[in-house]
Amino acid sequence: MPGTHPDVVVIGAGALGAATAWFATRAGLTVEVVERGSIVSGTTSACEGNLLVSDKEAGPELDLALLSHQLWRGELGEFGGLWEFEEKGGLVVAATAGGMAGLTELTERQRAAGIDVREVAADEIHDFEPHLTPDLAGAAFYPQDCQVQPMLMAAHLLRLARELGARVRTGTTVTGFLRDGDRVTGVRTDRGDIAAGHVVNAAGTWAGELAALAGVEVPVLPRRGFILVTEPLPPTVFHKVYAGEYVASTQSSDEGLQTSTVIEGTRAGTVLIGSSRERVGFDRTVSLPALREIAGKALALYPGLAPVALMRTYLGFRPYCPDHLPVIGTDPRAPGLAHVAGHEGAGIGLSVGSAKLLVEAMTGATPTIDITPFRPERFSLQEVS
Amino acid sequence: MVEFDLAVVGAGPAGLSAAVTAAEHGLRVALVDAGTQPGGQFWRHPDEQHPRPDEGRGQHLWSRFTDLRARLHGLESAAATTGRIELVSGHQVWFVEPAGEGFALHLTAVHGETRLPRVRAAALVLCPGGYDRQLPVPGWELPGVMAAGGVQALLKAHRSVAGRRAVVAGTGPFLLPVATGLAEAGAEVVAICEAGSLSGWARRPIDAAAVPSKALEAVEYAALLAKHRIPYRMRTVVTAIHGETEVGAVSVGRLDRSGRLRTDVSLPDLDVDLVAFGWGFTPSLELITAVGASTRVDVDESLVANVDDWQRTDVPGAYVAGEATGVGGALLAIAEGELAALAASRDAGRPVSEASVRRLQRQIARGRRFAAAMHRAHPVPAGWQDWLRQDTTVCRCEETTLGEICDARRELGATDARTVKLLARPGMGWCQGRVCGFAAAKLAKPVGEALTTSDLAPLAKRTFAAPVSLETLATAPTESDGAT
Ligand SMILES: Cc1cc2nc3c(=O)[nH]c(=O)nc-3n(C[C@H](O)[C@H](O)[C@H](O)COP(=O)(O)OP(=O)(O)OC[C@H]3O[C@@H](n4cnc5c(N)ncnc54)[C@H](O)[C@@H]3O)c2cc1C
Ligand SMILES: Cc1cc2nc3c(=O)[nH]c(=O)nc-3n(C[C@H](O)[C@H](O)[C@H](O)COP(=O)(O)OP(=O)(O)OC[C@H]3O[C@@H](n4cnc5c(N)ncnc54)[C@H](O)[C@@H]3O)c2cc1C
Repeated sequence: MPGTHPDVVVIGAGALGAATAWFATRAGLTVEVVERGSIVSGTTSACEGNLLVSDKEAGPELDLALLSHQLWRGELGEFGGLWEFEEKGGLVVAATAGGMAGLTELTERQRAAGIDVREVAADEIHDFEPHLTPDLAGAAFYPQDCQVQPMLMAAHLLRLARELGARVRTGTTVTGFLRDGDRVTGVRTDRGDIAAGHVVNAAGTWAGELAALAGVEVPVLPRRGFILVTEPLPPTVFHKVYAGEYVASTQSSDEGLQTSTVIEGTRAGTVLIGSSRERVGFDRTVSLPALREIAGKALALYPGLAPVALMRTYLGFRPYCPDHLPVIGTDPRAPGLAHVAGHEGAGIGLSVGSAKLLVEAMTGATPTIDITPFRPERFSLQEVS
Repeated sequence: MVEFDLAVVGAGPAGLSAAVTAAEHGLRVALVDAGTQPGGQFWRHPDEQHPRPDEGRGQHLWSRFTDLRARLHGLESAAATTGRIELVSGHQVWFVEPAGEGFALHLTAVHGETRLPRVRAAALVLCPGGYDRQLPVPGWELPGVMAAGGVQALLKAHRSVAGRRAVVAGTGPFLLPVATGLAEAGAEVVAICEAGSLSGWARRPIDAAAVPSKALEAVEYAALLAKHRIPYRMRTVVTAIHGETEVGAVSVGRLDRSGRLRTDVSLPDLDVDLVAFGWGFTPSLELITAVGASTRVDVDESLVANVDDWQRTDVPGAYVAGEATGVGGALLAIAEGELAALAASRDAGRPVSEASVRRLQRQIARGRRFAAAMHRAHPVPAGWQDWLRQDTTVCRCEETTLGEICDARRELGATDARTVKLLARPGMGWCQGRVCGFAAAKLAKPVGEALTTSDLAPLAKRTFAAPVSLETLATAPTESDGAT
């Protein structure tokens, strides 16, 4: 709409754009969200909605996860019902004694870093998950692992932001930036220009393309993942259940097909079974080998699911950076531009902490936690040094 | 390595004629169908294991079927490997994979052991037919409310009547065989409620007259309606269904010329125990989208495959025939199946009769014109949302109400069918939107706006063309396993 000059234009109406809109309006800024498709049309509608600490090692990502965890339960706690927030807890299982030894070492490090985790002996596992295979060496239970319905989460945050005055424009594609020298002063869209004090790049897996339009490098790449969805079942899986090698897979840089089992029940009775990780660009071809491997590993944990029918699958492209950390912060190479993207397989869980940190950075408030590990220019600095 | 020159999916009118024609031109053909015996929806008939002399009772074009069936059986037992058909009944195709220059179909048995888990073929003719299109109405979750096609299937396969006092409602010529079928089987049909007004036909009489057998059928039906004293009420719709535990009565209303409910006319309720609804058909597009073929929206707002005048899709080696190219009835389906087989034979280097091709192309063009005129005369009435209430269930699997869909749009800002589905769940359940998809897509748009490919295609895409067990998936052979 001509004539509007919001304080902030947010590019992208996914989890990160929605959370940014909410925290920015709460901070008293006027906000306009620009989305090329409909709301939640990106990766936010092709994921699982786990809010995890269990898959993280000590370090900046864990700090961000713990901050987010506080926000989900605290500042946003009153809205939890709107997006099916559930503190179900996660159970990481190990099949072999060797696997269990590795898991024990991991949990010791995690405990030292502030994660609440308790070891579960082989004979206790069935108190948590009666349908798991009996052939397990042990497990670890993470009470802080939670779940949300990610599309409802993002849609409600956008709605709450709209109630505070934010605008959401769908069907509008950002095609370039308004500049004043190095400064970014707004966006160009296929439906006209919008001038703004700050422009936030929350374009998920496409954030690298947007950054390139502004002449800066932010290396965000797609990592494809498939999820299987079963027919609705009576309650069968009670927590989030992962195979121990899951942590290794999220940290891996291997290009080939990898799958690691993540199983959870949903409120609708369906069981979601994930997931795979492949670097194949934006290829949407359904890969039978990937689906088959996911199914095989799920049956190794829950043999009783063998006759259960699958209704469908879906796929998404996780936005990842080479160092597996998100990009959060204002960009000194293009003042006026900020980024909040590249959260790979954790963008739902990390959305609220990331948005809060970004808004602090934009408004000059004291950051709640150290934001420098996520600075957008870190990749070009590495090249120089 | 492919074992077959051609795989045909679906053994209804389109698929049967495709398979038989292709094999008669020397191709090695696999014919896969979910049913236990060939015939599809149109020629659903009693179990052939217990042959009966009157098996064709109540059927149309039955001699076309018995002819095709006899040729099929001959080709099944042919000694040569070329010009042979391998019939794989009772198996569903759940996935299609590219296999070299051709395709690999993954199959699973509908009941019991899977005989053939995979069929590889150089080319594919997809004839998956369709299913009844449904519209929500208050009370349609009650037992005793059925799809017209489902009522017909029971009659044809089991000679069983789904109720004693029935109303047949919706729009289109398919209401006629269902109503007369019920009456012939002993049910009382208290009314056919046809939402359209046949004046639409008169506007383009040439189209209707172009298919002589249709005119004949109409005369036949008129006689049967008179014989059973079935009132045929035009511009009339069922607006609500009443009953505690099952259907007891329905409310009916009258539409004005523009298809909106008239508030100045009140009609008495009808006491019935069966409501058969037919709002046309929705073609099955999952296999068509799975091979990557492009789609378009037909006159009746169904998503259909794009085919050229040889039934070829834009994916090399993939042909489509029957309802999946546009709902047009069995006669058109037979012609399309035959033409698709001629095209596949010709593309495989076999000589085919140019005269037959031209004859079929003419017949298909005529059939298409007729179908378009029929769809224009029997649209889903503009006012179909007038009689819904906020608490009317739209998606029966997920129990999503109209109110929840409205909230997803108004409160949460969903602007398209996919987003409504993500936020309010219509179409997320067991049937994957096969029942409510059309209605949900319409409700996601401003009233009166036509559906587009971008509304329908995301809903029609289903990775699994049929439900598949985790075990079947976990043990499926795939092309990437290397040469076998
Ligand atoms: C299989 C799978 C499982 C996952 N499981 C989990 C999980 O359990 N927990 C978790 O926390 N995370 C999970 N994730 C990761 C999570 O989905 C993502 O990190 C998160 O959704 C990213 O959100 P986003 O807002 O950054 O991106 P998106 O949701 O993709 O939003 C970006 C938006 O920007 C828009 N856009 C792009 N370019 C333009 C332009 N030029 N103009 C206007 N708009 C534009 C896009 O249309 C899009 O809507 C999973 C991902 C996958 C693929
Ligand atoms: C329930 C029902 C009843 C009908 N009854 C009548 C009637 O009485 N009179 C009338 O004029 N018209 C009727 N019609 C319309 C009529 O079916 C069509 O006009 C005609 O049958 C179209 O022929 P077809 O070959 O395209 O499809 P169909 O006859 O529907 O044949 C398609 C076949 O493909 C099979 N198939 C589909 N997907 C798969 C898969 N993934 N794997 C394996 N097999 C698959 C199906 O099982 C089916 O046997 C009915 C339609 C339906 C849905």
